[in-house]
Amino acid sequence: MATGANGSLPLPCKLSFLKVLNRANSMPSFQVRELSSTMPEPEKLQGVHRFAVATASVTVLLLMAGALVTSNDAADSVPDWPLAYGRIIPPLVGGIRYEFAHRVFAAMVTVLAATLAVWLTRQGTRLARKLGLTALLLVIAQALLGALRVLEGHPAITATMHATLAQIFFVTIVSLALITSAWWQNAVESLDDRGSPRLRPLAAFTTAAIFVQLILGAGFRHGAFGILPHLIGFIVVTFLVFWTCRAVRKRFGQVRDLRRWGILLQAFLGTQILLGLAAYWAVAQAMHAVQPSMSYVIISVSHVLVGALTLASSVVLTLSCYRLIRPNAPVALRSAMETTRAAGSRPESSRA
Amino acid sequence: MKTKFFNLALAAIVLFAFAGCGSKQDTNEKPVAETNAKKVVDTSTVGSISGTVTLDGKPVPAKPINMSAEPYCQKEHPKPVVPPEVVVDEKGDLSNVVVFVKDGLGDYTFDTPKEPVVLNQKGCMYDPHIIALMTGQTFEVKNDDQTTHNIHPMPKDNREWNRSQPPGATPIDETFGRAETAIPVKCNVHPWMKSYIFVFKNPYYAISKDGKFELKDLPPGTYTIEAWHEKYGVSDQTVTIGAKESKPVNFTFKVAGASAD
Repeated sequence: MATGANGSLPLPCKLSFLKVLNRANSMPSFQVRELSSTMPEPEKLQGVHRFAVATASVTVLLLMAGALVTSNDAADSVPDWPLAYGRIIPPLVGGIRYEFAHRVFAAMVTVLAATLAVWLTRQGTRLARKLGLTALLLVIAQALLGALRVLEGHPAITATMHATLAQIFFVTIVSLALITSAWWQNAVESLDDRGSPRLRPLAAFTTAAIFVQLILGAGFRHGAFGILPHLIGFIVVTFLVFWTCRAVRKRFGQVRDLRRWGILLQAFLGTQILLGLAAYWAVAQAMHAVQPSMSYVIISVSHVLVGALTLASSVVLTLSCYRLIRPNAPVALRSAMETTRAAGSRPESSRA
Repeated sequence: MKTKFFNLALAAIVLFAFAGCGSKQDTNEKPVAETNAKKVVDTSTVGSISGTVTLDGKPVPAKPINMSAEPYCQKEHPKPVVPPEVVVDEKGDLSNVVVFVKDGLGDYTFDTPKEPVVLNQKGCMYDPHIIALMTGQTFEVKNDDQTTHNIHPMPKDNREWNRSQPPGATPIDETFGRAETAIPVKCNVHPWMKSYIFVFKNPYYAISKDGKFELKDLPPGTYTIEAWHEKYGVSDQTVTIGAKESKPVNFTFKVAGASAD
């Protein structure tokens, strides 16, 4: 069985193999990826991929700037929007510095996301074009939510929504960086997953759980929820991440492209757990403090950032699983595939 | 199908962004107009309640404020400044305690004072630390500093507002339409600047100074008197005063917890 990421058959042969099997078994529901017809050459996407990586990197800085605003209790230090104190550059004192830096990074990311979306309409795949447009709409929606937060207050609702949308935007950009990479363009579904539950839905479920956990964390940080839902989420996410990573290790330990994302996800989660414990202590200390301490700011901002990176690594692992592992093929089709392989012949010849 | 799903997802994002964009409920309306004839206090029968507020135990020394984020503020205070949360002398006389009639006044109506209550920003600190005023009374915010502040009260029953005040700006005048206790006020530019506003429908409130307070011109009746301190919580006492009677009421807060006599 061809389970290696470095598959034994060249790409066109594999495609033909899947197409032939599809026709032979008269199974229209079986999806064959039309790589050659819809995907541009990987080299063409190199530029846009690098740009997407740069956008994702600046987005990390934007997330950090946003977290610094909250941790320094500076969210309302600039009461007007889009101007700041009626000017483009406000007096850069106290908390205004954090809020203004956040706005500057937000403007940069908006420009980058718009450029990326336009670039993808010219060069990207259909999926990449859609993701690029989604990212642009998300960043615009995020700016409007930020304005709502400034002008209307209600931090428990608006700030939690703002933090949630920030994570969605970030993983959208990360996904764009992944699907425009040469690796993604060259990779094909070449792995069979015989374990239970299947790794593809398990990884997707883990990603969804991490996302919910980030919402619960943001809700606690902005006063929408207590700490209990976030603590329960921590247990659930820890269990799911270790289950997913164990499945990756056991079933596809030799597949570098899955293994490394699994290791990265575990590393981020481990760091995040330690930061979470530290953040719990820092929040308890901050409750009676007259102003945010340096330790509280550093720990809480790190907790937010590593949370975003944990989600991003889980998204990348999930997408990689969907890219490399075949969907759960129907039994009849699987039997046909296995018979073909057992015969040790090329698919075309076996059909003939 | 995929396109439909994609369009639906985009629509959801836009809806998500605009959720909660509805107009904010304006809770800063003027005091409710009296529909019935005014029931006013008979000044010939009024009495008073006066007393002391003391702290039992030694408070934990507060950490000095770190004003290094704003050089102007730091320059204004050559010596370290501690937050004015617990202001107590060596005898235990506790200041900045709000004492007020919580219950028992019935349906008396009172005129709104014409003079404003002023909150000043000086040396990147609020002066006074605790504010009390009546519904509809002007709340005036001044900035004596050569730096920018924002004034951000965060009420639950009144309208939340947040306004900036650069150096030399004209005073900000606002009012609160509904009675509400302990409205936190913040300057988000200088996060150590915190204050509390109390809004009452009646004039029977006082802020303790050197542990003393007095509620004057109370009509005869039985009242629940509440004392509030930002760190030590609240304490209630029931008092009955007759015509032209003055009664003492003393409150004691304990350092160990929020409970009090």
